[in-house]
Amino acid sequence: MTSVSPPGRPTLRQLAVAERTVSTITRRRMVSAFMAMVIALTAIITTLPLLFILWHLAREGASSLSVDFFTQMPKPVGEGNAGMANAIVGTLILLGTACLIGLPIGIGAGLYLADFKRTRLATIVRFLADVLNGMPSIVLGIFAWEFLVKPLGHFSAWAGGVALAAMMIPMITRTTEEMVRLVPTSLREAALALGYSRARTALAVVLRTAMAGIVTGVLVAVARIAGETAPLLFTAFGNTFWSLDLTQPIAALPLQIFAYAISPYDEWHRLAWAGALVLISVVFIISILARFATRSSRSGGHGD
Amino acid sequence: MATNGTPDAGWPRIRVDDLTAFFGTTSAVRGATIDIRDREVTAVIGPSGCGKSTFLRCLNRLHETVPTARVDGRVLLDGRNIYADGVNPIAVRKLIGMVFQRPTPFPTMSIRDNVAAGLRVHSPKPSRGETDVIVERALTRAALWDEVKDRLREPATSLSGGQQQRLCIARALATDPEVLLLDEPTASLDPISSQKVEELVYELKRDMSVVIVTHNMQQAARVSDVTAFFLMGEMVESAPTKAMFTTPKDPKTEAYITGRFG
Repeated sequence: MTSVSPPGRPTLRQLAVAERTVSTITRRRMVSAFMAMVIALTAIITTLPLLFILWHLAREGASSLSVDFFTQMPKPVGEGNAGMANAIVGTLILLGTACLIGLPIGIGAGLYLADFKRTRLATIVRFLADVLNGMPSIVLGIFAWEFLVKPLGHFSAWAGGVALAAMMIPMITRTTEEMVRLVPTSLREAALALGYSRARTALAVVLRTAMAGIVTGVLVAVARIAGETAPLLFTAFGNTFWSLDLTQPIAALPLQIFAYAISPYDEWHRLAWAGALVLISVVFIISILARFATRSSRSGGHGD
Repeated sequence: MATNGTPDAGWPRIRVDDLTAFFGTTSAVRGATIDIRDREVTAVIGPSGCGKSTFLRCLNRLHETVPTARVDGRVLLDGRNIYADGVNPIAVRKLIGMVFQRPTPFPTMSIRDNVAAGLRVHSPKPSRGETDVIVERALTRAALWDEVKDRLREPATSLSGGQQQRLCIARALATDPEVLLLDEPTASLDPISSQKVEELVYELKRDMSVVIVTHNMQQAARVSDVTAFFLMGEMVESAPTKAMFTTPKDPKTEAYITGRFG
């Protein structure tokens, strides 16, 4: 036996180092697995409120949901077959009014921000839109009250629509800007090179290309304002009667839910649950539509 | 060959006179002067960033659409200065077609509508039937008709890169431009598609003048009648292509075409 180890065979020292490396790797693997578990848990916790709400609403609301709920008017306690037809229609009218005001302004402003991105006005508008986006919704209600309710002396659907539009506009403005900026400059130049005017280029090429993304943004904004209660409290105000008149107070699902939920009657509580279920279903459907719009835009996008 | 009263090939369709193009205060092109002649292909070569694309974009007033961009000097299209007061850049761009480095089909439009896109802003506006005829003719000239004739309603983005580029050429041809500007039209294409586009350029010069910016000197040698060499914003030399590639006058041109820089 010679004292010299053959070439290629690890020395004791090398073996010790290798062993330490193995244990380090094992330790790292364990830490990694643990951390992966922790963040997976937080991911699950994120979705828990939604799952809880859906489960709770389905349990409480589904039993009170009937055809009557969609076709009947609110009735005094004890009369039976009461519904929220006026509030459902009222919410649709309010959303329609908000879109009518908010879409042209929001999309127009977004186009401006994207097209004149470095002007001083654009910088200011962009900043203020972000501020407005973070504004508590009840403050927007106060704004509409100040300008439309107080001078006219009464609540109205218009005022509610304006308050909701004020919430919607900054969201749509920013989405439109982002989507329009995603349209490559080369496409804009191709249109200009064909002899398109700047306005025609913006509308027929840029806006059309960005449209799928903008539609998604609009649907997300509508879903968000659909459930807003605070801006409607002193603008649309709510109405227990049937009204389609934009100059008069109008019923809305969130307001009706609120009014019934704080009432002392079990029957009204059940209707409030049903109303909440309908409201969240509407929002859910809009969200799914939004996803659908995004998907179709991706498959129809650039080939490269 | 003067036929039916049309002037001889070779008369100057565009005269560029002391053209300087700025981005802000820096000039990308300085004092370029050249005649671009009818029914000839003029190639513009030079290393990256030498100003050749900017030069091209000055010929249809596209340069000025970039913020802070500005142009000095004159560009005469059929004797009329396109930078004169009162000339509408939109009117200029309608007379001059342009194709870009990367294919730029409008993704929301069908193949047919892409080709017809320029016609919508032309007067008189052709009827639907006339449009179909023009679309077919433009696609035929762009050597794309046979490949797309059964799928005109499909989105333009369903085409391959080479097909998209020929679609863009068809779109530029549909409005019957007098001059066609090509900004590195084959830079993003595979060799076979590139060859098709080159053959196309050769065909097109029978009817119009073509200006082609290219990185590829073999391409310039193959397709062009006149070549202009740009270096750092200066037009170093412009000469008949054959002369330029065999006996360049300027040592800088010689250095470039023999591959010593760029």
